[in-house]
Amino acid sequence: MHTLISLTAPAVVPAVEPVVAADWPGADAAVLLVALPLLSAAVLLLLGRRSDRWGHWLGVLASAGSFVVGVVLLLGMLGLPAEQRVHDVHLGTWLDAGALSIDAGLRVDPLSLTFVLLVTFVGTLIHVYSVAYMEHDAARRRFFAYLNLFVAAMLLLVLADSYVLLFVGWEGVGLASYLLIGFWNHHTPYAVAAKKAFVANRVGDVGLLVAMGLMFATFGSLDFSTVHANVAQASESTLTLIGIALLVAACGKSAQFPLQSWLGDAMAGPTPVSALIHAATMVTAGVYLIVRSGVIYAGAPTAQLVVAIIGAITLLFGAVVGCAKDDIKKALAASTMSQIGYMVLAAGLGPIGYAFAIFHLVTHGFFKAGMFLGAGSVMHGMDDQVDMRRFGGLGRYMKITYFTFMAGWLAILGIPPFAGFFSKDKIIEAAFVPVDGQPWRAWVFGTIALLGAGITAFYMSRLFFMTFEGKKRWSETRDGHEQHPHESPALMWVPMAVLAVGSVALGWVLQAVGFVTWLEPSVGHAEHEEPVLGVPVLIGLTLIAVALGLALAWRRYAVSTVPVAPPVGTVLTRAARVDLYQDAVNDAVLVEPGQYLTRSLVYGDKAVVDGAVTGLARLTVGTGDLVRRAQNGFARSYAAVMVVGVVVLAVVVLAVRG
Amino acid sequence: MSLTHYLVLAAILFAIGATTVLLRRNAIIVFMGVELMLNSTNLLLVTFSRMHGNLSGQVLAFFVMVVAAAEVVVGLAIIVTIFRTRRSASVDDVNLLKS
Repeated sequence: MHTLISLTAPAVVPAVEPVVAADWPGADAAVLLVALPLLSAAVLLLLGRRSDRWGHWLGVLASAGSFVVGVVLLLGMLGLPAEQRVHDVHLGTWLDAGALSIDAGLRVDPLSLTFVLLVTFVGTLIHVYSVAYMEHDAARRRFFAYLNLFVAAMLLLVLADSYVLLFVGWEGVGLASYLLIGFWNHHTPYAVAAKKAFVANRVGDVGLLVAMGLMFATFGSLDFSTVHANVAQASESTLTLIGIALLVAACGKSAQFPLQSWLGDAMAGPTPVSALIHAATMVTAGVYLIVRSGVIYAGAPTAQLVVAIIGAITLLFGAVVGCAKDDIKKALAASTMSQIGYMVLAAGLGPIGYAFAIFHLVTHGFFKAGMFLGAGSVMHGMDDQVDMRRFGGLGRYMKITYFTFMAGWLAILGIPPFAGFFSKDKIIEAAFVPVDGQPWRAWVFGTIALLGAGITAFYMSRLFFMTFEGKKRWSETRDGHEQHPHESPALMWVPMAVLAVGSVALGWVLQAVGFVTWLEPSVGHAEHEEPVLGVPVLIGLTLIAVALGLALAWRRYAVSTVPVAPPVGTVLTRAARVDLYQDAVNDAVLVEPGQYLTRSLVYGDKAVVDGAVTGLARLTVGTGDLVRRAQNGFARSYAAVMVVGVVVLAVVVLAVRG
Repeated sequence: MSLTHYLVLAAILFAIGATTVLLRRNAIIVFMGVELMLNSTNLLLVTFSRMHGNLSGQVLAFFVMVVAAAEVVVGLAIIVTIFRTRRSASVDDVNLLKS
């Protein structure tokens, strides 16, 4: 089990392949995890308005029930020795068609259980928050049905024991996100944003389908256990192709470069949805997929390098975009993109990074959910205003939101002892470890990760200072009605407070209980490797970068006055405001040619296909018109035709016989 | 007189009859053209009958005459009726069957 993984080992090492352990009856309860929220969603959607009065509490209950089941499973698993912590729960044969036989089953192991607990815990808090946040929305019951569907799909995604069942959850997550982003679809831009997210995700889905096709062709099965056990038999080029296809899938779901453009627009959904998408579900799915397929990447170093490169690009991309956004939710969205970039970078570093990617994912789930809920609370108090240039000095009016947001802010900055310090710093350290004895990679990825930390500190501090510090830039009246910033009700601030506690303490708690060791049965054991610089030096450098970013933001956004109208800015600022022209590039490279193609296809359909049909009809009508002329009603002309006919016949007969 | 003379005469008569049918508008004259064509064929039937020494052709000529007589009876009756209703004996005026 604890195979030694040397980083200089040859490419094909079936090292992190998990061993499926013997029976553990308790694992069967995992079915409940998916069933509870799914059932609740079905009830809420089928009963319709009849459940309007109590529907939201049913939603909260279902999510909380899943969490309780998750905790029970966790306690049960902690009682088992480490070698017996990977279990496949067989649910029955799903598809049986000739050579293709697919079983439905769940895999309960430390990795999936970590996700289950994160999704259900943060998800439940977001459910509770939504009860108050969506109170004045007539369709609150439907909102909770979709939230439950989202949670159920995400749980199915992380619990599936085969790529096929994972794909079901994968698509379910895509569907639920579409429904929730476009929840206020009577507003056209929101509906368009939902469609954009769906289409971008479809591109990723194609990647997953291609990967599954390759896997089935190579291994004849799509179960994790079969695929992972037979990886050693596949050629490196096949594994590289599978790895790249899986990366495309992860890019779509996790909003990584170049499929990240949907994430900013996804802010069209209600704020709790943003919190759910960004913290617990959806965007974490790509990281999960890569970590879960770690055995495949172990045999495909090229694909792994591409993963790291994509992560590094997205990390900087999101950070740069985050610096220029004035919309508080879009700035947070950019920061998610950047943080997921850290996780993908870590996952691209191989076994030494998997555990840290998941570690950062868990802490990020807490502090990002906390900050999104905080942003929702600010919007709640400020009449749905999202422009940070119209905030300022709000800390005095909403104390609880201020302090909970501060916990998330310090956590994402990586200030010790907040949660982000333990997880992000580990990723930076891992990035500085030379992979396959190539120091250049350590320097490149390490520097990018370090730089990213500094930029993160700048834009998150900018966000925090513009919102809560400085002078107030809002007026008492806006659009005719009065505006009084106020604290949100307890149903909203209690979840924020719980998440803030997590943002403060989760890092060292997980560190203390040995989170990395806990994940080893799933992701494999990695020998400790020394980074190119000493660990204390790296921590020092990171903290210096963070301090620089923080100080710069303090000088520009807390001490000096922030103009209400956005200044013109430098070229880079203007580019970052429009997502570094990603939308323009997508439009020019994909959307416009695509629309041109469809237009020419429509034209071809009309001209050629329809033309053939209508042309035939016109030919018939025209011939009929011509022939009709002969039927003029004059007996003598008929007689003339007969005479001509007879003469012609006679001539022909004579000519033929003669 | 050789066979050719009879054939040429019959052809000329048939052509005159056909031309009459095609060119004249008066229904009575058209009828006369039709009769002329029938008689030209009768002439041919009789000619070939005599040439072959076979009476079938002559019998057929009688049949033609009988049919022609019947046709004239019916045809003239129709022409008279049309003339009474439409005050015209022109075949071009009788085009009511045209759509």
